[in-house]
Amino acid sequence: MPPSAPTAPTAPTELTAHALRAAIVARRLSAREAAEAHFARMERVEPQVKAYLTTCREPALAAADAIDARIARGESVGPLAGVPVALKDNLCTRGVRTTCSSRILEHFVPTYDATAVERLRAAGAVTLGKTNLDEFAMGSSTENSAYGPSLNPWDVTRVPGGSSGGSAAAVAAGTAVAALGSDTGGSIRQPAALCGIVGLKPTYGRVSRFGLVAFASSLDQIGPLTRDVRDSALMLQAIAGPDPHDSTSAAADVPDFARDLEAGVKGLRLGIPKEYFAPGTDPEITRAVEAAIDVLRRAGAEVRAVSLPHTDYGIAAYYVVAPAEASSNLARYDGVRYGLRAGAEGGLLAMYKESRRRGFGREVARRIMLGTFALSSGYYDAYYNQALRVRRLIKRDFDNAFAEVDVVVCPTSPIPAFKVGEKAADPLQMYLADVFTVCLNMAGLPGISIPCGFTSGNLPIGLQLIGRPFDEPTVLRAARAYERETDWHERRPAGLA
Amino acid sequence: MSHPLGEYELVIGLETHVQLKTATKLFCGCATRFGAEPNSQVCPICTGMPGMLPVLNRHAYELGVRAALALHCEIAPFTKFDRKNYFYPDLPKSYQISQFDVPISKNGWLEAAGEGHTVRVRIHRAHLEEDAGKLLHPESPVGRADYSLVDFNRSGVPLLEIVTEPDLTTPADAHAYLTELKQVLQYTGISDCDMEKGSLRCDANVSVRLRGATVLGTKTEIKNLNSFKFIVKALEHESERQIRVLEGGGRVVQETRLWDPVVGETRVMRSKEEAHDYRSFPDPDLQPFVITAEEVERIRRTLPEMPAARRRRFVESSGLTERDAEILTADRAIADYFEACAALHAAPKLLANWVIGELRKEMNERHLEAESLAEKLPPARLVELARLVEDGKITRLVGKDVLAEVLTSGAAAGRIVADKGLAQIADAGALEPLVDKVIAANGKTVADYRAGKKPALAALIGQVMRETKGKANAPLVTKLLQDRLGA
Repeated sequence: MPPSAPTAPTAPTELTAHALRAAIVARRLSAREAAEAHFARMERVEPQVKAYLTTCREPALAAADAIDARIARGESVGPLAGVPVALKDNLCTRGVRTTCSSRILEHFVPTYDATAVERLRAAGAVTLGKTNLDEFAMGSSTENSAYGPSLNPWDVTRVPGGSSGGSAAAVAAGTAVAALGSDTGGSIRQPAALCGIVGLKPTYGRVSRFGLVAFASSLDQIGPLTRDVRDSALMLQAIAGPDPHDSTSAAADVPDFARDLEAGVKGLRLGIPKEYFAPGTDPEITRAVEAAIDVLRRAGAEVRAVSLPHTDYGIAAYYVVAPAEASSNLARYDGVRYGLRAGAEGGLLAMYKESRRRGFGREVARRIMLGTFALSSGYYDAYYNQALRVRRLIKRDFDNAFAEVDVVVCPTSPIPAFKVGEKAADPLQMYLADVFTVCLNMAGLPGISIPCGFTSGNLPIGLQLIGRPFDEPTVLRAARAYERETDWHERRPAGLA
Repeated sequence: MSHPLGEYELVIGLETHVQLKTATKLFCGCATRFGAEPNSQVCPICTGMPGMLPVLNRHAYELGVRAALALHCEIAPFTKFDRKNYFYPDLPKSYQISQFDVPISKNGWLEAAGEGHTVRVRIHRAHLEEDAGKLLHPESPVGRADYSLVDFNRSGVPLLEIVTEPDLTTPADAHAYLTELKQVLQYTGISDCDMEKGSLRCDANVSVRLRGATVLGTKTEIKNLNSFKFIVKALEHESERQIRVLEGGGRVVQETRLWDPVVGETRVMRSKEEAHDYRSFPDPDLQPFVITAEEVERIRRTLPEMPAARRRRFVESSGLTERDAEILTADRAIADYFEACAALHAAPKLLANWVIGELRKEMNERHLEAESLAEKLPPARLVELARLVEDGKITRLVGKDVLAEVLTSGAAAGRIVADKGLAQIADAGALEPLVDKVIAANGKTVADYRAGKKPALAALIGQVMRETKGKANAPLVTKLLQDRLGA
């Protein structure tokens, strides 16, 4: 049996991916021991955190053994060899059910792996299981999961954020070293901020969406949730790059994300958008972010003010575009070929209505209706087309800002982790949790959230760094520079068993 | 001149869906073969599984451009795909990927040979889209089963939808347009256009108005037209129905109607109020598609001569009749074969007779495809046979048998004639005893002839031919008989 002291500094459940891989390659630790340590920790902390929907112990141990065997034979292994990872349950996994936290896909087992999953496995990662999310990635707390919410490892009365809340909670709780999530309006960065870890949303097109169950196709992007920035670069390296199965994956060359990681911020121009420091943001968060900017300035960055004047319209436009695409993307769940089927005895129309009524939760149903309305004849111009115009203006705001600065810096979330149930009854309040994150998706830009402090209630605070399209290297480099100056990312939640 | 529609005129526009001849589907790698086991040509993409994405089949796109060029359309330098959203069990994603406001092509035209006039039809647009699956309704011992099945083999098969302007004014013109369209698409290798296999489908928009009126009447759309014959019948029936409605003081209602070939009527399928709101919007899974002028030109250069041009050439430079030219050009492979033969012979008309007559008959009997004709009967073989007849070496009657023998054995015509002793008998000395024998044996026919029944001579000629197994020179036999019987 593996060592079962999670607080010991060398516990595999405490390590970063790069440190763990090094230990495995050096044979200080086997991949099997690493995997077993995680399953053992799951047994203790999962009852409190509920990050996972499905675990895959046997296949994970088999994959770990295969890595150990390669190392024993002296063969080369991938950059993530033996690293235990978790996958958000909207990423398709061959032979393992993929529910999207929805009743409608409760028993759905794909016959294929998502490209990102396939690439992670090819890099040697050991996939432990599938993590909870807001149903079909629609939400900011995981409370919209049909299987119940995940909880924040820093305070289990609070949400971990969402929609990739299960992935963020697992990484923070030590039940996965790293995880994949998806980000449509902030779904990687916001939970990363609320759980005190690093979350990266790559440029739209950087990572193939093939096998990611679509929420809003023009906004969705897969990305890593990790314990530090180096792991973020490592994970991105494994999953990035063009994919012939995804026409929207970019042909752009994939740079070596590790190369300039330690290059620092000297001479880098940071833009501070005044629209992101408006009242309404928790003052403790504003203070922490301002302090972080000071750290970067002291490290050599040049800080200047920029303006992103259409920020205020971001949420409104996003809540037209994303539901519009979702209303079409989710139409395939009709009870005909797979997934939940109900009411078939009443004929075709009854089957459609009943399958979808029982299969979808309230928030998903709400967004399908919003999107259906926005695309309807007679309303299309006023809503959908207008939202696309706003989208172009938001993109232009960023283009203008990036003519003057290299990275835009702001908070990730206006609020820290909130209590379970606190916002569940008020969808509009919940939508505002995305206020600092949606504009990047609308513009297709890369962004990262890194830990930058804690509230007086010991809840993590996230700092968001935004870059030019396909300029993840600069984003990662700035984030890493901050990380080197601070130790927020080394803190682990203490309240868990 | 009176007109079947009286004081009314008919306005018809056609929407034709043709299946593009690709090996694989429009957005995935599945095969498109017709008649395969249900659901044997499917994958997670064309069955709408979660997380799957479409990737455009470049060949299908180029075939679409090729078709559009053959229809004289402008090719859009930039095109995109849209989603047409509606629920139906044969539509796995619950949306069809189609083209809404930026089709691959628009503003073309096609000229067809109508009855005594040329029918010119403007093409409004031609766009790419994917086909849906097919619903099957199994029978149970007590009637229709209480479930349906779906075959997704057809789901995602590439279609080109060709929409005309409302330029057609008679069912016969509609027929002429469709015949020409089918020929052009077959010629260019774009589609099989086999209605029985569903690779050509047609919907018609019909309205009537008083002759000379400038405003169009209210139209109805007719679906389920699965043969050219039904299209004509449906158009006739629907225009008469609309006129009856108007004459009765009523108003035509805009609706979709279904042609019922059993009853021979159209009936309401859904009204305008029940029409779907397809909520079309750009498909975010597919990038806009760009084609350069050079690429368009490259595709244009691969277009063959169109059937109309070829017909004209056959009449003008080969001296064929309109009718012969039409028959020969109906199938591109036949026309190619004819041209290959004609290149070896100075009298195209003579070869045309062989191809249109005996050869087509043999092909039918032997189920011989036009595509494999040149292999089965190299053009030089047919030309050799034609020459044997032309030069009087064999009779035309024997020539027909020799053709059959050439097709069966693959031997050269000259060889068959020599081996079987089929050379023509044109020697009066050899034929006279036979003529005498026939006259002696057919006393009644001879008497009829002498009594003035001229056709009786043909019977006697036939008897002589039979005696010689068709080898006798017919004019000589005729002359000998006339001499003996004292014409």
